[in-house]
Amino acid sequence: MFYSPVITNGSEAAASDKLHLFKYVEDSEQYKLMTFESHGGYKAWKKVLTEMQPQQVIDEVKNSGLRGRGGAGFPTGMKWGFVPKDSSKPRYLCCNADESEPGTCKDRVLMERDPHGVIEGMAIGAYAIGCHTMFIYIRGEFNHCIDRMEQAVEEAYAKGHLGKNIHGSGYDLDMIVHTGGGAYICGEETALLNSLEGERGMSRIRPPFPAIEGLYACPTIVNNVESLAAVPHIINRGAEWYRTLGTEKSAGTKLFSLSGHVKRPGNYEVELGFSLKKLLYDPAYGGGILGDKKLKGVIPGGASTPFLTPEMIDVNLDYESLTAVGSMLGSGAVIVFDEDTCIVWVIQKLIQFFKHESCGKCTPCREGTGWLKQIIDRIEAGGGQPGDIEKIEEICGNILGRTICPLGDAAVMPIQSSIRLWREEWQYHIEHGKCMVKTEFPFK
Amino acid sequence: MNVNTKHDFKPFNVDLWKHDGQAGALIPLLQSAQDTYGYISEAAIDHISHITGVPAAEIYGVVTFYAQFRTKPLGKYVIKVCNGTACHVNNAKPIADAVTDELGITYDETTDDGDFSMLSVACVGCCSLAPVVVINDETYGRLTPAKTRKVLREYKREAKKTQQEKDA
Repeated sequence: MFYSPVITNGSEAAASDKLHLFKYVEDSEQYKLMTFESHGGYKAWKKVLTEMQPQQVIDEVKNSGLRGRGGAGFPTGMKWGFVPKDSSKPRYLCCNADESEPGTCKDRVLMERDPHGVIEGMAIGAYAIGCHTMFIYIRGEFNHCIDRMEQAVEEAYAKGHLGKNIHGSGYDLDMIVHTGGGAYICGEETALLNSLEGERGMSRIRPPFPAIEGLYACPTIVNNVESLAAVPHIINRGAEWYRTLGTEKSAGTKLFSLSGHVKRPGNYEVELGFSLKKLLYDPAYGGGILGDKKLKGVIPGGASTPFLTPEMIDVNLDYESLTAVGSMLGSGAVIVFDEDTCIVWVIQKLIQFFKHESCGKCTPCREGTGWLKQIIDRIEAGGGQPGDIEKIEEICGNILGRTICPLGDAAVMPIQSSIRLWREEWQYHIEHGKCMVKTEFPFK
Repeated sequence: MNVNTKHDFKPFNVDLWKHDGQAGALIPLLQSAQDTYGYISEAAIDHISHITGVPAAEIYGVVTFYAQFRTKPLGKYVIKVCNGTACHVNNAKPIADAVTDELGITYDETTDDGDFSMLSVACVGCCSLAPVVVINDETYGRLTPAKTRKVLREYKREAKKTQQEKDA
């Protein structure tokens, strides 16, 4: 039984030689260890333990070109390589499963339907950096993921995939499932580490980077669920194979969470470099805009990435192409807005969210998001004043790049891009005290 | 209200506090307190402070930082209306209005009989099912105001039935 009836392209992945993350996602038994093993599960973990040195694992992942799937896109193998080889301190691996970027719902599906795939990827990562205790920090709201993951960890221990002297290799590895307390900021790696230590989830100043001084001041690697889930496939099929997927600089496949005004919202695994237009309109994917309306805009990588207009959607979904059109791949959460969506109304919700989630450590973000919310609330309520747009732009400029963690940037980037793209709509809202477009709800 | 107010603290798993000799599991300890009592009372904070040696003020800081922790008891059924971006553009407000109309409560309120509480949450990670409402651990997606009412009426019947069984 699936907990959440999310649409995926699992059947396409099952028949494909390239798609791997979603290969068994439509198999309702995949979460069980027996089924997972019958699909070749834990083969990579055994191979790593018996045939490979940690450095070989790091090199393989480095050569594969795998980049972090949580948002920043930092090369995973390179990150692992930063852990000091000569440190006498314990090392930790932490899987970041605090998926809370609005629009993102991919890790949830992986954890619910293929939890062992995540454990295997984590175990390989742990071996590569010489870690003997690994954590998975799961968002507190994801009850089903937590249940599934705890059950899977128990099974893995019972079968000897985790624990002492794993498969006779002499390697010990423990895994702890940690439930988060519910804070968006904890998806940022240093805030996540503070939270894991039992403190408020506030970000830390870098350097030192977590790879040098992370959890309990020990070398720590934090990786996204999707990045780690790709690792066993890289080990099984080789870095060369992985490089053949996607584009030259953005290797591999990526999960995209499609939501908003589309006919078939869901999670889709595609090779990086896939056309955004196809993802939105192809009947096998998004299937077009709800009610066959016109498209107004798209957020391509989660609520914190800049908007794209219909003229810009002829773009490929990979790190470089999206940067070239002024946005970001982010976490791969594609949120779609139809022509009847008031942009001020959308931004109002976003800024409410970011104001609430600002941890309060850096003044520009803590105060700035509050000011932005006040002004935007007023505009949306019909009390806009001349000069409001300039004021918003000024505040945004004073937050961007002036905070420790990227939450400040995340809060202002969609606002700045919405003003850049739909300035006349903001102007209209301020002058007339109401929306320029008639907001119509898709479901009655 | 279905909340244990005696505070015997026995169900607390104090072992949670020790992990590899590292004191770090304050959050699991608080989660255990909330699971037991439905919310985190001042007495629970004091008790945890006593176990851990972390000052009560600091624990209060942690409690209020995370969205999950509550310092007030909630109703038997907690209705979380998602107001994340995807739900917002897919009709979250009329869904919230339907809840308010059906139960007579708005955000951060609890019905007089202690059965229902209504909360606003930002994104529950089921964006492709928008608009979404989560009642206790059950997720309801692709809602319309009419569907929301239907779901709520079922919960009302269930609540009434439990009450009648209790009375009998």
